[in-house]
Amino acid sequence: MTTSYAQLPALISRMTGAEKHGPAALSTLDALWVLYDRVLTGTPEDPDRDRFLLSKGHGPMAYYAVLAAKGLLPVEWLDGFGDYDSPLGHHPDRLLIPAAEIGSGSLGHGLPLAVGTALGLRAQGRTAAVWTLIGDAEFDEGSNHEALAYAGALGLERLHAVVIDNSSATHGWAGGIAARFAAHNWSTATVDGHDHQALFEAYTARHPGRPHAVIARVEPKN
Amino acid sequence: MDTMRERFTTVTTELLEQDPRTALVLADIGAAPFEEAARRHPDRVLNVGIREQLMIGVTGGLALAGMRPIAHTFASFLIERPFEQVKLDLGHQGVGAVLVSALGSYDWPTGGRTHMAPGDVALLDTLPDWTVHVPGHPDEAETLLRHAVADGDSLVYVRLSAHQNAEPQPVEPGRFLTLRQGGRGTVLAVGPMLDAVLAATEGLDLTVLYAASVRPFDGAALRAAGHADVVLVEPYLAGTSNNEAHQALADLPHRVLGLGVPRAEHRHYGTMEEHLRAYGLDAAGLRARITAFIPR
Repeated sequence: MTTSYAQLPALISRMTGAEKHGPAALSTLDALWVLYDRVLTGTPEDPDRDRFLLSKGHGPMAYYAVLAAKGLLPVEWLDGFGDYDSPLGHHPDRLLIPAAEIGSGSLGHGLPLAVGTALGLRAQGRTAAVWTLIGDAEFDEGSNHEALAYAGALGLERLHAVVIDNSSATHGWAGGIAARFAAHNWSTATVDGHDHQALFEAYTARHPGRPHAVIARVEPKN
Repeated sequence: MDTMRERFTTVTTELLEQDPRTALVLADIGAAPFEEAARRHPDRVLNVGIREQLMIGVTGGLALAGMRPIAHTFASFLIERPFEQVKLDLGHQGVGAVLVSALGSYDWPTGGRTHMAPGDVALLDTLPDWTVHVPGHPDEAETLLRHAVADGDSLVYVRLSAHQNAEPQPVEPGRFLTLRQGGRGTVLAVGPMLDAVLAATEGLDLTVLYAASVRPFDGAALRAAGHADVVLVEPYLAGTSNNEAHQALADLPHRVLGLGVPRAEHRHYGTMEEHLRAYGLDAAGLRARITAFIPR
């Protein structure tokens, strides 16, 4: 089953109860949609599937809507969002959602886990891509900086990070977030986080011998 | 005789050679002895640099990808510093790993408080599903390490120490051994505490049990010893296993004395022997406290 981008707001409203929800209201929606619609390959059971690790576990409605749209979780689950018996919490749990590669919520865990996953796949001779999505405020967490320095030094080519930048980091990132990745030997691209073609091109840019970071800029949170 | 840590290097190097699922994650500490293994298996011997949050994150990621990861550094940097990663990147993700520590509570007294982690086992007690091995001899460390790596995708902590007993015991994971039988009470010696406990209880009418694995806690063996008075002697925070002993004896009148490393900071350097004496964990200190608790 596949659903079109135009139907995502209806899926999201099943969680929020709101009548209308413009896609732009969710900072991660476009970045997630383009990734799941046009980039990631493989089914959840396939050991060679591409992995997507949602690190920014806050506000997972866009994630759940995209998974439901792609047939990766039952649409009916959306109605119970956050209920006692629902598999869908306000932070995702991989043991409750078969299509979720990790449980997240506490910030700064996705990128280190993605590094380990990419290394584990490489050690088994698998070439699947590993993606993680973090936020610009989440980037404050020091664990990200441990991970990006190490991954860059290794030239971990199958590793990809999407950074949703809504200018919400309390002290900002003087000089830009991309510069942090670039300084550690990552390939980087900074694009409009709502421009599907620009996202697609950034996601699929070649980056031989280096990990790749896509900074998706969206409207400031505040 | 080699040390537990040297045995860890030997056995892990062999396991890396034999089992393509195994991977070793290091954070600079302990990396030098694995240089040859790293050359042979560059994809499975991973030194992340001095980055312990990443060390556990990478360990979790390797397990998510289907590997059996082993991570090794000092206990203070393996359990305490990245504790949230231990909680979330391993257990919460539903994946397993083998964490192997060195230095423990008091192995390097000149290093001071920063390199002492007497609370490591107590911290792991706040999380579900951890197996904890505390070997008292390199041979026991080898047995328990091999078992841990082969034990499916379980979560296993192996606590290696420079403090060790003269002779190995025929240990089995999850089982206490009965080394002496007596009539007045039970003393449980954990790992490296055995030699001091045997000396301290010489000539006393006490049962001596030996544990090189403390989680799961062999409560059945403690009950089978048949005594209401129990002394636990552990090489980490005093009282860490008190609750386990109370649960094992919950339906019986009983008393438990938990001996181990005190909670208070001990701001002295010197030697391991001096520290054990100061903590009352040498044979004389143990005998005095055991006989005060269980009169002869």
